Amino acid sequence: MTGSRTKVEIRGVNKKFITDTGEVDALQQIDLDIRDGELVCLLGPSGCGKSTLLNIVGGFLPPTSGTVSIDGQVVTKPDSRRIFVFQERGVFPWLTVEGNVAFGLHSLSRAEREARIQHYVKLVGLSGFENAYPHELSGGMKQRLEVARAFAVNPDVLYLDEPFGALDSITRLVMRGELLRLWQAEKKTILFVTHDIDESVQLADRVVVMSARPGRIRRIVDIDIPHPRDFSSRRYIELRDGIFEEIGLAHRI
Amino acid sequence: MLRRLISALAPFGAILLLLAAWHLAVVSNPGTLIPSPFRVAAGINELFHRGLLIKYIVASLFRVTWGYALAVLIAVPAGIVLGMSSRLEASFNPMIQIARPISALAWIPIAILWFGVGDLSAIFLIFLASFFPMLVTAINAVHNIDPIYLDAGRNFGLAGRELVVRIVFPAAVPQLIAGLRITLGVSGLVVVAAEMIAVTSGLGFLIVDSRNAGDRYDLVIGGMVMIGVIGLLLDRLIRQLERLDSVKWGYSGQ
Ligand SMILES: Nc1ncnc2c1ncn2[C@@H]1O[C@H](COP(=O)(O)OP(=O)(O)OP(=O)(O)O)[C@@H](O)[C@H]1O
Ligand SMILES: [Mg+2]
Repeated sequence: MTGSRTKVEIRGVNKKFITDTGEVDALQQIDLDIRDGELVCLLGPSGCGKSTLLNIVGGFLPPTSGTVSIDGQVVTKPDSRRIFVFQERGVFPWLTVEGNVAFGLHSLSRAEREARIQHYVKLVGLSGFENAYPHELSGGMKQRLEVARAFAVNPDVLYLDEPFGALDSITRLVMRGELLRLWQAEKKTILFVTHDIDESVQLADRVVVMSARPGRIRRIVDIDIPHPRDFSSRRYIELRDGIFEEIGLAHRI
Repeated sequence: MLRRLISALAPFGAILLLLAAWHLAVVSNPGTLIPSPFRVAAGINELFHRGLLIKYIVASLFRVTWGYALAVLIAVPAGIVLGMSSRLEASFNPMIQIARPISALAWIPIAILWFGVGDLSAIFLIFLASFFPMLVTAINAVHNIDPIYLDAGRNFGLAGRELVVRIVFPAAVPQLIAGLRITLGVSGLVVVAAEMIAVTSGLGFLIVDSRNAGDRYDLVIGGMVMIGVIGLLLDRLIRQLERLDSVKWGYSGQ
């Protein structure tokens, strides 16, 4: 399901933060290619630079050195063809569900806008809540709303930074299923940050395992299991345990 | 149910208690110039029948409305611009901080110099008193916007004026409404002083005039009460804005 064309090219990206207490090597020499339509998870312990990398790729943060190119063009600022999903905190509380989904659709004709709103509201299971405000929704619903708002502008690339981190484990599983469904239906390139090993193995085509201080890519693991994935299959467990070991954790407690 | 009834009536109870204490204090001090609440009520009634009550209220409201509205209309956009540009803010902030603590009353001589004695001076003073609190609130409101909203807006391709209209302003509105309420209170504070100079109508004029023209303390206190009551009603009016669906989120965390 993944094209072989390279979509995102990360070349020699370094990021140093200079703070009052000294320098932090948040990212060191990151090289990564992401193919068109690929779902890649960035996985690593807290503080290893996942969000920093995602923000650099998204154009929100300049790298100290190195470049990020998308479709051959160097990224210097955010772009409406690539939408960043900020957990559920990015929904605009002053707009209704419909207003949020319509946010990026100003340039469309009224009819097309209505059609898109309806399509994506339904796709994320928020039908009937079109006129509700975010403060009337649960965390999971807000999360789905933000995903719908992102999908509605038909972006090529989606950046998700621990989008399901704040959700309970049941909702989280449901949301993963919905994300996979959307991804398979719409063929986006997705860069997904998580520190949950299971989440990464359930979702990703490839898992980029990072290590902290300095933030580096430690290994890239191909998840060669077709969807839908069986969490109790041998291959799943093998891959998951491999990542556990890579990170230096025993998978017993 | 009963509890809600009690808490709804409690403010009236408190007012009644105050009135009773006031009345008792007056009754037990026969020589005092302070009138009892009944005499104040009679005074207000008298003003009403002489056609002055409505006239004075309208006159005061007219000045407050102009001074306040002008201040809000200038301070909110200015505050948003300053709040968004740290460079502009750094340039203007010292000036604002110097001007802010100067009481509007200190401007009275200059107001008279510029605008003469009359409505314009009074409006100018109310404008000045309202301007700085509203400006500072607007600047802070912009600073307090969750940067995620700005990033998300930029991500959808917004910049400049569009970013202000579609993100910054709506995100700041709940705090701007709080600023409107504070500022309105401030403008109520200066209306008396503003009407002491220059004008021959309004509740502030009533208070000063009643004292000068024969120690009518019933009318002095009547004027005070009317200013308080009108302030309360206007505050209630502005609070209605807090009930708009698009701003409710700003108050849910209480
Ligand atoms: N704006 C900043 N200024 C200074 N240091 C920063 C800044 N942002 C991040 N860092 C540092 O860079 C490192 C990587 O941070 P980052 O937020 O990318 O980690 P993360 O992998 O996303 O962690 P988490 O899983 O906790 O979200 C950390 O050591 C952090 O302290
Ligand atoms: Mg992070």
